Amino acid sequence: MHEAVAMNPWAALAYLVAGVCFILALRGLSSPASSRRGNRLGMAGMALAVGTTLVTHSFASLPEILVAMAIGAAIGIVTARRIKMTDMPQLVAAFHSLVGLAAVLVAVAAFANPGAFGILDAATGHIHQVSRIEMGLGIAIGAITFSGSVIAFLKLNGNMSGKPILLPARHIINLGTLAAILLLIAYFVTDDRTAVFVAITALSFAIGFLLIVPIGGADMPVVVSMLNSYSGWAAAAMGFTLHNSAMIITGALVGSSGAILSYIMCKAMNRSFVSVIAGGFGTESGPAGGAAAIDRPWKRGSAEDAAFLMQQAEQVIIVPGYGMAVAQAQHALREMGDLLKKHGVRVKYAIHPVAGRMPGHMNVLLAEANVPYDDVYELEDINGEFAQTDVAFVIGANDVTNPAAKTDKSSPIYGMPVLEVWKAKTVLFIKRSMGGVGYAGVDNEVFYMDNTMMLLADAKKMVEEIVKAMG
Amino acid sequence: MDFISILSVFVLACCVGYYVVWSVTPALHTPLMAVTNAISSVIVVGALIAGAAEGSPIAKWLGLGAVVLASVNIFGGFAVTERMLAMYKKKERPAAK
Repeated sequence: MHEAVAMNPWAALAYLVAGVCFILALRGLSSPASSRRGNRLGMAGMALAVGTTLVTHSFASLPEILVAMAIGAAIGIVTARRIKMTDMPQLVAAFHSLVGLAAVLVAVAAFANPGAFGILDAATGHIHQVSRIEMGLGIAIGAITFSGSVIAFLKLNGNMSGKPILLPARHIINLGTLAAILLLIAYFVTDDRTAVFVAITALSFAIGFLLIVPIGGADMPVVVSMLNSYSGWAAAAMGFTLHNSAMIITGALVGSSGAILSYIMCKAMNRSFVSVIAGGFGTESGPAGGAAAIDRPWKRGSAEDAAFLMQQAEQVIIVPGYGMAVAQAQHALREMGDLLKKHGVRVKYAIHPVAGRMPGHMNVLLAEANVPYDDVYELEDINGEFAQTDVAFVIGANDVTNPAAKTDKSSPIYGMPVLEVWKAKTVLFIKRSMGGVGYAGVDNEVFYMDNTMMLLADAKKMVEEIVKAMG
Repeated sequence: MDFISILSVFVLACCVGYYVVWSVTPALHTPLMAVTNAISSVIVVGALIAGAAEGSPIAKWLGLGAVVLASVNIFGGFAVTERMLAMYKKKERPAAK
């Protein structure tokens, strides 16, 4: 192996401690009660890592570095304060893109000045071969994270259509590009010319773009989790280059975190990771459902009916979905819940893992509206309760309540775990109009059931009217 | 550190990550993403090294650029996580669990 990078043993120890702080930060998230302490430990770990790096390196450009950090800090803190909770998925995607771009810049800087990073082979005047693989992987993952996150951001932010955009022969193009990147990284080991390095970077930017463009809006929870994972692996690859344990530990943590979240999301949709990445879901469902739906009888209810039914109930389960976030209905919803509780009704919230545009999206919105977290239940904890529930109140969710997932083998969502709202005595279903079907393009049998009452209106307006009717 | 000891740290950290992340409650998955985002900006260490080093002005300015980007993430990520976590409240009356 190459000669050791001269690292101060105390510095190495400090980086290790920083890594442990990050582990504890994630550990804190096992319950809301310990989570804030965890977050503080994370901050302490970061301060330690930054402080150690500054102390052990030359002070010559300290003023510039401090200015750079101040600029970043100002932008970051202002954004974090101003961002609306409903826009959290976009923000996270934007932050991922920054990690990706930072990784690319660091890798290019390391290529331009390998001596400073301790990866220069003094004998040959070239970069160590092991370091070349690490750098190549680092810049490739960083660039994919960057361009992929930019597309995810544009889609989530509505600057770009959420519909999948399908290029002809995209699988061949994508696989070919990936293979080319890997071959170039292998070639980079034998030939560290700038052109090779530039080609790896350019192709990686391109593949990030190509991979995310065909993926539709409702698959975004998987995409955001996957990019989260990539940003971790990019940090880990740079950690290998720099022999820095804080970066390696963090990279591994973040990488596994994103991977596990992707897995949870895929499982909640009963789809394989490969089929999500291949993209195009929701465009190929064809004529199924649509035509049969036109003339079926359904019952329409008013806000007063809904208010009456719920006030008479013993237990109401509220099922929120992405539509609630779009309508910003969470505050009105909490008000409704409070009024019901005053009437002695038990109110619970049921959350499907893929409700919303990122993992845990609904939980954050309900928390923002001051719904206590012990009223909020996960799919498997509450599904058994619908049968003993008087009213299931579905607001802005559709596919996650569709019985076709259990009964109809030809349905594109067959096999997906769903909230069994139809087992409740009455289902109140808020929907804008009867025309549109959910993201998967599947009609929902629940609309036409005898015990269902459709509340056709904007989610927020309808909830406000119900609140008025209760008062 | 030689390659094998770095690899050991990496593999063990992946194992730790696996168990720690599974123990995160699903209600906190959004804060989890925000905080992992913040900590993955530990890449700032590399940016600082590039920014502090003499010898290559290009590398220095790239490093400083990366410091700005990573700082946005560090401060923004931790701040937004803190903001979200502050919103999670228990019921006021003692929970009957």
